Amino acid sequence: MEIVTSEFFQRALIGGLLIGVTAPLMGFFLVLRRLSMIGDTLSHVAIAGVALGFLTGVYPIAMGLVFAIAASFAIEKLRKAYKTYAELSLAIMMAGGIGLASILFTSGESMMDVNSYLFGSIYTLSNGDLLTIGGVTAVVLIVIAVQSKELFLLTFDEDAAAVSGLPVRFYNVMISVLTALVISVAIKIVGALLVSALLTIPAACSLIIARSFKQSIVTVILIGELAVLAGLMIAGIWNLAPGGTIVLLLIAVLLLLLLLRRGLRLGG
Amino acid sequence: MQTIHNQNAAVASCHNEVISVKHVSFAYEQKTVMENVSIGVKERDFIGLIGANGAGKSTLLRMIVGLLKPTAGEIRLFGQPVESFKDWDRIGYVPQKNSLNPQFPATVKEVVLSGLYGNKKLFRRISKADQTKANDALEAMGIADLSDKRIGRLSGGQQQRVFLARALINNPSLLILDEPTVGIDAETQESFFHMIKHMHQHHNMTFLMVSHDMEMIRGYLGHEPAAVSGKLNFYIRHSHDTQDCVESDLAHSLKGLREQMESGREVVSVGDRN
Repeated sequence: MEIVTSEFFQRALIGGLLIGVTAPLMGFFLVLRRLSMIGDTLSHVAIAGVALGFLTGVYPIAMGLVFAIAASFAIEKLRKAYKTYAELSLAIMMAGGIGLASILFTSGESMMDVNSYLFGSIYTLSNGDLLTIGGVTAVVLIVIAVQSKELFLLTFDEDAAAVSGLPVRFYNVMISVLTALVISVAIKIVGALLVSALLTIPAACSLIIARSFKQSIVTVILIGELAVLAGLMIAGIWNLAPGGTIVLLLIAVLLLLLLLRRGLRLGG
Repeated sequence: MQTIHNQNAAVASCHNEVISVKHVSFAYEQKTVMENVSIGVKERDFIGLIGANGAGKSTLLRMIVGLLKPTAGEIRLFGQPVESFKDWDRIGYVPQKNSLNPQFPATVKEVVLSGLYGNKKLFRRISKADQTKANDALEAMGIADLSDKRIGRLSGGQQQRVFLARALINNPSLLILDEPTVGIDAETQESFFHMIKHMHQHHNMTFLMVSHDMEMIRGYLGHEPAAVSGKLNFYIRHSHDTQDCVESDLAHSLKGLREQMESGREVVSVGDRN
């Protein structure tokens, strides 16, 4: 139990709880826009950036962010090239990201700890990392609070949004950039391979139980926080991988809700 | 103050052209979808736009609301070129039902309120007045009791009423309906048309309705198209000329509609053909 009181664990808790708000929130909008897989794609490209950051001595999270943003623009371009098979653009970018990452990770003098970026290394969060995560959380929360009506319209009825004069392309870019921000800071916490779970599973849960848009937003945040808190405690006490524990807890919650729905009629 | 202002505007523009489509062509990737289509919609007209699938109905509609740019020709809304048109809250738009996701996590009330979001400025919150508008619109459509239900839990006919309420929340002077009865059973279609016809006869509103099958509303719009342009047929019923063009405020018109709907409910249930 003494791990819980240690400083590195408390830093992990703070970082995890911040990401437990932003990742599910961004993921919710991505899922509603049928872009569930974009999180996975961006995170795979971001680890290539992280690897380059290590090789060149630049702050890896910042490099990951640059890569993720570049990837989100590239995806938009590719989507236009394959209009009717838009998800193809995600597969291409994901493969490209992993390909580049594998080369970068294996070149250079010192073999960096690949595992920590693939599966997360929440216990190694520095104060600088926490500040970065805090900054990203503030930006995401402010934008969503100010733009919630526009985001509702955009996700529910893009045509109506366009007719009423909303700059749809600007919003698409905004969502991509915010997602890239969240992913690049989340990589250190749950790892590139698991980021997608924190983005999408809370949204999947809320679609089962929430009745309104407002309720959905509250639900994704509560489920994200619950999974991070419980996941870190369980992982700390039983010495398990924190990222994986959080993800498996999320899936457990989802299964439980699916079972409950069969019994009760939720979400009416 | 607002109401008086609106009334003046309505009287001034009475029988003016609401939609003007002049020599409009549209091509998509070198394929001509429509060529040289012209149609004018006067205030308080009811236009039924009928054509087979692929005739270009939706294309024309999307050009009229500014979602597509014509390759040639000009479209004006309330006298202004559509490219520079700003008063979108004067237009209520009911999109094709299957273009919206019925599983979207939102309540009926949230969906209806979203009709106001387009012209809400940044930082503006939903006010008491907005809530009242939404309640009036729901009341008028006879679905006030469904206000807190998730939209996906409603029947197709009920969902259609929700989208109509959403289009009506701004008290628009032009209502555009894109295939409003697709996927709705005959009985529900019947009462939906009754509601639309009623609104046309008793409220100062212009209608443009797109359909591939207008059997239900033929009796109202006449059996011969008033204009044919390419593969598109335009059926027109002009407003009653005797009626003055006076616009009432939203609460009044919607409440009036609700009352008249209730007194006419018997007629609806026996199937009013006209």
